[in-house]
Amino acid sequence: MSQPMSGADCILSVDRLSMRFGGIVAVNELSFDAGRRKITALIGPNGAGKTTVFNCITGFYKPSDGTMRLAAESGGAIALERLNDFRISKQAKVARTFQNIRLFPGMTVLENLMVAQHNTLMRASGLTFLGLLGVPSWRAAEKRAIDLATFWLNRIGLYDRADDAAGNLAYGDQRRLEIARAMCTEPALLCLDEPAAGLNARESASLSELLLSIRADQGTSILLIEHDMSVVMEISDHVVVMDYGVKIAEGAPQEVRDDPRVIAAYLGADEQEAIAVMESDT
Amino acid sequence: MSTRSNTEANVKSPALVSGLVTASVTDHKPALALGFAFILKKALLSAFVALVLFSLMIGIRTEAGPTGQLTYWTRFGELATIVAIVFVGSIVIELVRQWLGPAGTSQLVPAAVQNGLAAAGRFIAPALLIFTLLVPVIFHDQRYILDLAILVLTYVMLGWGLNVVVGLAGLLDLGYVAFYAVGAYSYALLATTFGLSFWVCLPLAGFLASLWGVMLGFPVLRLRGDYLAIVTLAFGEIIRLVIINWQSLTGGPNGITSIPRPTLFGIPLTAGDDGLAAKLGIEFDPTHRIIFLFYIILAMALLTNWVTIRLRRLPIGRAWEALREDEVACRALGINTTTTKLTAFATGAMFGGFAGAFFATRQGFISPESFTFQESALVLAIVVLGGMGSQLGVALAALAMIGGFELFRGLEQYRMLVFGIAMVLLMIWRPRGLIGHRAPTVYLKQAQAISSDLVKEGRG
Repeated sequence: MSQPMSGADCILSVDRLSMRFGGIVAVNELSFDAGRRKITALIGPNGAGKTTVFNCITGFYKPSDGTMRLAAESGGAIALERLNDFRISKQAKVARTFQNIRLFPGMTVLENLMVAQHNTLMRASGLTFLGLLGVPSWRAAEKRAIDLATFWLNRIGLYDRADDAAGNLAYGDQRRLEIARAMCTEPALLCLDEPAAGLNARESASLSELLLSIRADQGTSILLIEHDMSVVMEISDHVVVMDYGVKIAEGAPQEVRDDPRVIAAYLGADEQEAIAVMESDT
Repeated sequence: MSTRSNTEANVKSPALVSGLVTASVTDHKPALALGFAFILKKALLSAFVALVLFSLMIGIRTEAGPTGQLTYWTRFGELATIVAIVFVGSIVIELVRQWLGPAGTSQLVPAAVQNGLAAAGRFIAPALLIFTLLVPVIFHDQRYILDLAILVLTYVMLGWGLNVVVGLAGLLDLGYVAFYAVGAYSYALLATTFGLSFWVCLPLAGFLASLWGVMLGFPVLRLRGDYLAIVTLAFGEIIRLVIINWQSLTGGPNGITSIPRPTLFGIPLTAGDDGLAAKLGIEFDPTHRIIFLFYIILAMALLTNWVTIRLRRLPIGRAWEALREDEVACRALGINTTTTKLTAFATGAMFGGFAGAFFATRQGFISPESFTFQESALVLAIVVLGGMGSQLGVALAALAMIGGFELFRGLEQYRMLVFGIAMVLLMIWRPRGLIGHRAPTVYLKQAQAISSDLVKEGRG
């Protein structure tokens, strides 16, 4: 089992997080840490409560109990459970993607990335008033925003499709665009909800590459939910396994994979996934 | 095969007129191609529906007799004619549809026409603007046309204002007339009570209307779709009822009279010695004031348009459109959806308030009757017909709705019918409005119009 991380290299520390919907306990006293500049994977059979944890971290749900501390760059800690929805992205710099892709389909690829920079651009446009007059400082800020968007377009290989509607992209491209859009908010912690769902083997491999390079180049910490074990085993530094709302195992990918409780959980829940866990051994 | 069906259809059209319909259809029965049973079934069904529908409406005629008793007589001949027309018409429509190939909007409006419209759009806007600027020059002696042009421009401005809320932010607002009323009454009351001039009151009216926009915005923030529409509808009615019942302030149903006219830098456009005509040394003509009003509303409408176009390219405008596309994703990106919605309401309301102040000064008299739900519905129809979010589309729709309505004045009570048919046809051909595609606000290489099937209408 992994050692408890010291405060300095831990970006997110979830402590006894519980989420109840009426009588149903979706998450029960879950505690885990996500390392800074590390990729932490949250896995578990369907219905284990992974997405609920995500929704708590990103402010879509207010947790019933427990704390979530985000270590800010400046050194202070932000209590995520006290911030609500858009402030988590704005102030705590936590960005997320969705299990079912949520792009702005009627806007172009570039526009999607510009909307992600809303808060920076809002400040630069003097809350719209300076922008309305077209002052030079606004124009410069807009150009910087386009440059950042262009940078990410090149990273995900969609530069040539910048002016196409996002809804017209292929499924895999939409997945990558959603990650790029989240990265345009310049997050400290990136939360990805099943980024490899629906991708083919080649696309999964390029996704793994993209996530590793985001961690290496941008220094962004990543928390991901994933069913695709090849991705999880390849890129994650730390794996947290959940079942029925509780943590059943935690550690490095190798340790977790061999953990009998994990295998049992997967076997009990879904044979396919258990096989996937065991097969990734080879 | 296809040409054959075509001739069939052509043959039958005169038969329809002559009334020998059923006979001609049965004669051609063996000659008709595959699917005849289907067509006949469909036509029989339509004829049956027509029979049921019209049996009471046309089949029986009731009237009050000389002593007040109810007399009635049957008109089965007329009923049979109508049912026969429906029967044959349904066959003709089906044949035409088969001749055209599989039905679909792209088939009904050829791609070339659609592309042509998109390309022409680039030239329509400047041409329309130049023409509008020249309207007072061309029609300087036709008061009726000038009045109509002012009315059209008022609705263009209202349409552009509502477009911010409905077209961009995707918030269905059925009570837009409330802000129009607030603007009109703000100007009327400020001008008649404190003697403030139009140019001082105009920004105040806009400010007060946007304040009401925010006040409306707060309670409806959590509502979506139908619920939002109902509450905004109620809000429009509340404003109207308050105006009717607050007699001491608003004059109730009697309205406010003798609202001052706008001046040109303090110079009134009157016949007196201090009037503009006397100062310029030209002969006074009441048309001068109309032309002046025309240019005021034109300037105000163009300002609305300019501000909206600028706002679309600013983060706030993009956030409005993003909100229309996906509100949850907006929140995940750190966009404050509350303030974003409120700014949309406030901006739309401000333009409505400006238009209201203009309305008050143009009419010289306002009463609650001018601010009924029908006005909201008309402005919303303009926005929807024009294509939600499209500035040019809204302007064209306002021209078609207000101008077209006047055009059919000669048809008297049938003009509503003509109008209804025209709108139904337009909605079939272009379900997303005259200009349904969306222009991107920023581009790297080339701006491409986004097809309307991808653009969301908004649910809130």
